[in-house]
Amino acid sequence: MSQRAIEPRGVQVGMRVLTVLVLAFLYIPLFLIVLYAFNPARSQSWPLPGLSTRWFVATWNNQEVRTALVTSIKAGLGATTIALILGSLAAFAVHRFKFFGRETVSFLLILPLALPGIVTGMALNSTINLGGQLIGITFSLWTIIIGHATFCVVVVYNNVVARLRRTSTSLIEASYDLGADGFQTFRYVILPSISTALMAGGLLAFALSFDEIIVTNFTSGSEITLPKWIFNNLRLPNQRPVVNVVASILLVASLVPVYIAQRLTQEGGGLVTAGRGTMLAQTEDALEHPATP
Amino acid sequence: MKRYHVNAIAAVGALVVLASCGSTANNAQSGSNLPQTIGKGEGALNLVAWTGYVESGKTDPKVDWVTPFQTQTGCTINVKFADTSDEMVTLMRQGGGTQWDGVSASGDATNRLIAHGDVAEVNVNLIPDFKDVIQSLQSPRHNTINGHHYGVPYMYGPNVLMYNTNVVKPAPTSWAPTWDANSPYKGKVAAYDSPIFIADAALYLKTHNKSLGISDVYELTSNQLDAAITLLKQQAPLIKKYWAATTDETDPFSSGDMVIGTAWPYQVSFLKSENKPVAALVPSEGATGWADTWMMSSHAQHPNCMYLWMKWTETAAVQDQVAEFYGATPSNAKACDLLKQHIGASADTDYHCGDNGFLKNIALWKTPLQQCGDSRGNTCTDYTVWQQRWQEVRGTK
Amino acid sequence: MGAERLMPPPPSGFRALRHRVGAILHRAPTARLALLLGPVLLWMVVIYLGSLALLFVTSFWGQDPVSGAIVQNWNLDNYGFLIREPVYRTIAIRTVGIAVAVTATDVALAIPIAYYAARIASPRVRTFLLLSMVLPLWSSYLVRVYAWRTILSGDGVLNWSLHQVHLGSVNLGFSRWSLWIVFSYLWLPYVTLPVYAALERIPNSLIEASTDLGARWLTTFRRVILPIAIPGIVAGSIFAFSLTIGDYIAPDLVGDTEFIGNVIYQSVGIANNIPFAAAYAIVPALVMAIYLLIARQLKAFEAL
Repeated sequence: MSQRAIEPRGVQVGMRVLTVLVLAFLYIPLFLIVLYAFNPARSQSWPLPGLSTRWFVATWNNQEVRTALVTSIKAGLGATTIALILGSLAAFAVHRFKFFGRETVSFLLILPLALPGIVTGMALNSTINLGGQLIGITFSLWTIIIGHATFCVVVVYNNVVARLRRTSTSLIEASYDLGADGFQTFRYVILPSISTALMAGGLLAFALSFDEIIVTNFTSGSEITLPKWIFNNLRLPNQRPVVNVVASILLVASLVPVYIAQRLTQEGGGLVTAGRGTMLAQTEDALEHPATP
Repeated sequence: MKRYHVNAIAAVGALVVLASCGSTANNAQSGSNLPQTIGKGEGALNLVAWTGYVESGKTDPKVDWVTPFQTQTGCTINVKFADTSDEMVTLMRQGGGTQWDGVSASGDATNRLIAHGDVAEVNVNLIPDFKDVIQSLQSPRHNTINGHHYGVPYMYGPNVLMYNTNVVKPAPTSWAPTWDANSPYKGKVAAYDSPIFIADAALYLKTHNKSLGISDVYELTSNQLDAAITLLKQQAPLIKKYWAATTDETDPFSSGDMVIGTAWPYQVSFLKSENKPVAALVPSEGATGWADTWMMSSHAQHPNCMYLWMKWTETAAVQDQVAEFYGATPSNAKACDLLKQHIGASADTDYHCGDNGFLKNIALWKTPLQQCGDSRGNTCTDYTVWQQRWQEVRGTK
Repeated sequence: MGAERLMPPPPSGFRALRHRVGAILHRAPTARLALLLGPVLLWMVVIYLGSLALLFVTSFWGQDPVSGAIVQNWNLDNYGFLIREPVYRTIAIRTVGIAVAVTATDVALAIPIAYYAARIASPRVRTFLLLSMVLPLWSSYLVRVYAWRTILSGDGVLNWSLHQVHLGSVNLGFSRWSLWIVFSYLWLPYVTLPVYAALERIPNSLIEASTDLGARWLTTFRRVILPIAIPGIVAGSIFAFSLTIGDYIAPDLVGDTEFIGNVIYQSVGIANNIPFAAAYAIVPALVMAIYLLIARQLKAFEAL
């Protein structure tokens, strides 16, 4: 136990036990999903009759899965790019300037995540339909990207703001003193200091987009991303083994970027402070690092 | 679980107009506008179909009537599987009718699609195997208006009573175990999730509550509808899950969570192929069912490919394949000969292939209208009302 | 060695342009702000807020019965229908009910692990725990729901395990219980993180003071720790509540009954009645608005 723990011993042990139980609750289903990918039978009953990789081969040969994977990657990259640009711009704006409605910006950015997904999905669906009537927009990869970008922005924003708060302004002043202009300062001083935050934000945004199904159902039309492929194929009894494989791949594929992002933002408190849906950065860092004058 | 009040009002309204005027539908091509030859395929075909109707070897490499079609015609098929007729109607209207070229519509969707001009008239002279279709499906009311054909018949079949042979003993002969409030299988019964399932309740009442005087289960007066809804609400606690996607039935049957209930032959075939202990029958009260028609969108982007597909799926060879896989009965009488060759006597006992009498005894899905079509005049309940009442049933569980 | 040689040569060409632009921007902070904030604001306001407004407006429109197209005939029919038909009220209440149950469960599950990570665990263990909490947050929602569908089915892991310890079997598949379990499982990480942050901020001195005044730990927890952590707890609960109330996929995959999300989704995908779906979608949006207002009163936003 940590030396700073001041709770009575019984409480410490009790909390520890509960923690282990909660962790088990969280991780056993994930572990089972990966296990089921190696299920040789079509039936889903437990216990599994053995382990086999035959369905991995079948999945790789499945043209639809490959197409869906490519679509997901494309959507992820597109949404991440937009989120990186918009998110960091917004972060700079909020960090460097005091202006009317400053707090509202944060609230506005988190709204797509705070409102139920079906509301966001339906809203975007209505707009696309209207756009279709007015200027001929169709449901396509671009509508998927726009939908994803809308809630990926806040992820990048949080990460960059958190990092900016930790960046000492004296570095920037020194840069100006040494004769650099605004662009040079940005390129040689500011950018390197937020690079890992950008990377973390980008990775998180990608993971978020890659997994997304709730809003994507409303914005994709006939385009099929990987989660949508799973959603469609859950209704076909014979596709179950392939779905298992795709599900476990999706799981692993989204965990890797998140793990890397966590390591990148380790010193800043990691993803707890700049992760999905939390704006702890604002409060935490505001307390520790007073805002620039 | 699909309730859609407002939009169905017109669907049904238009149907009434159609029925009373008996005229041809609106956008559809008619008479001399019909194509006289099938042109070159456009290279692609977008279909909406019931699960199991468009197999391309993904389920079982040996079950494939899509790849040969694609190879021969160059039309690459993109299929979307729908779970209910309501969903099919909505899909066919997407993108102004341009998103999907064809649909395997059941009788409760066909008239709605025809009435709104969503589907085009078809020149059956271009379909050589059409002449082999059994008599009662050549010009049925659900896809032929005044001699104008709006599609070609595909497969038909009843909604059977499927049960777990290990659990349900003795073997059931009636629908009673699925409706009776004291059913021993309470909490493990299956039911179909669509307003059209009300007809199944009416079918049960037709035999067990003769005082209601139900004759056609789709032509229900308010009184009869109320009785059916009451029965359905009474059934709700018995139901494990209302299924629409076939896996919502095959999964629980596989795991033992469901043991008895209404099913399509597809689920029965699938579970049997997985060596699960199931059997199915048409109980003494009879059954509702469906006769499906391949229809082409009146705004189809790939009409030639669609005609080629209709031609392909009308052949005896293809229909025989579908029958053996899906469990439904082919409309092409010559397919029955092939079926009998392949599976022997069960072509008659299980499929009732070519049996016009059997077909007449199935209460085929059709859209409920206000017009009762008999001496009761316009006092029947239409589909909009059915949708609203179904929502009630589903909301109470 | 004159000063002149230490001066950089005057810039020319592109560099000159950059300097000029930089100078202008430096002297006009408003321009800089506009450049930085403009794109984001434009995107969020036009695309997102605009969409929300359109959705709200659509709920007042109707649908052409014949073609299924949306007709802009401004009426309250959709709302009237929702209010008149009791089934929609039942569904709404049921949805809010399960949202409350799930939120309460998640808070109960989150507190132990958040407390342990925040106050008891060593730094290394804490990092490990935080990572463990965050990872499921980012893994696929659909995959996790599907996992539970398999676990809870009649022949799944749960029943098998119960058999092994001779506890009989449960019939949880496709029921409200399975939905409750699944929702609690899905949103637990969302609740844990703000609770963790809130608990971590409590200074040791407060707890020591409470102990000095003679309180046992349980009393301290109830009367000192919990009240301070309330904003964080409420902040976490926002996500659990919001995500449950609008969900339409999990009820279909592991449940057996109707929730607001199902009705809306089917109204769009099967009935193609978007105005009605929009009207019903206002319900979760409204509920969330009220919840957020209450949360603000409880100072949850400062803990977010």
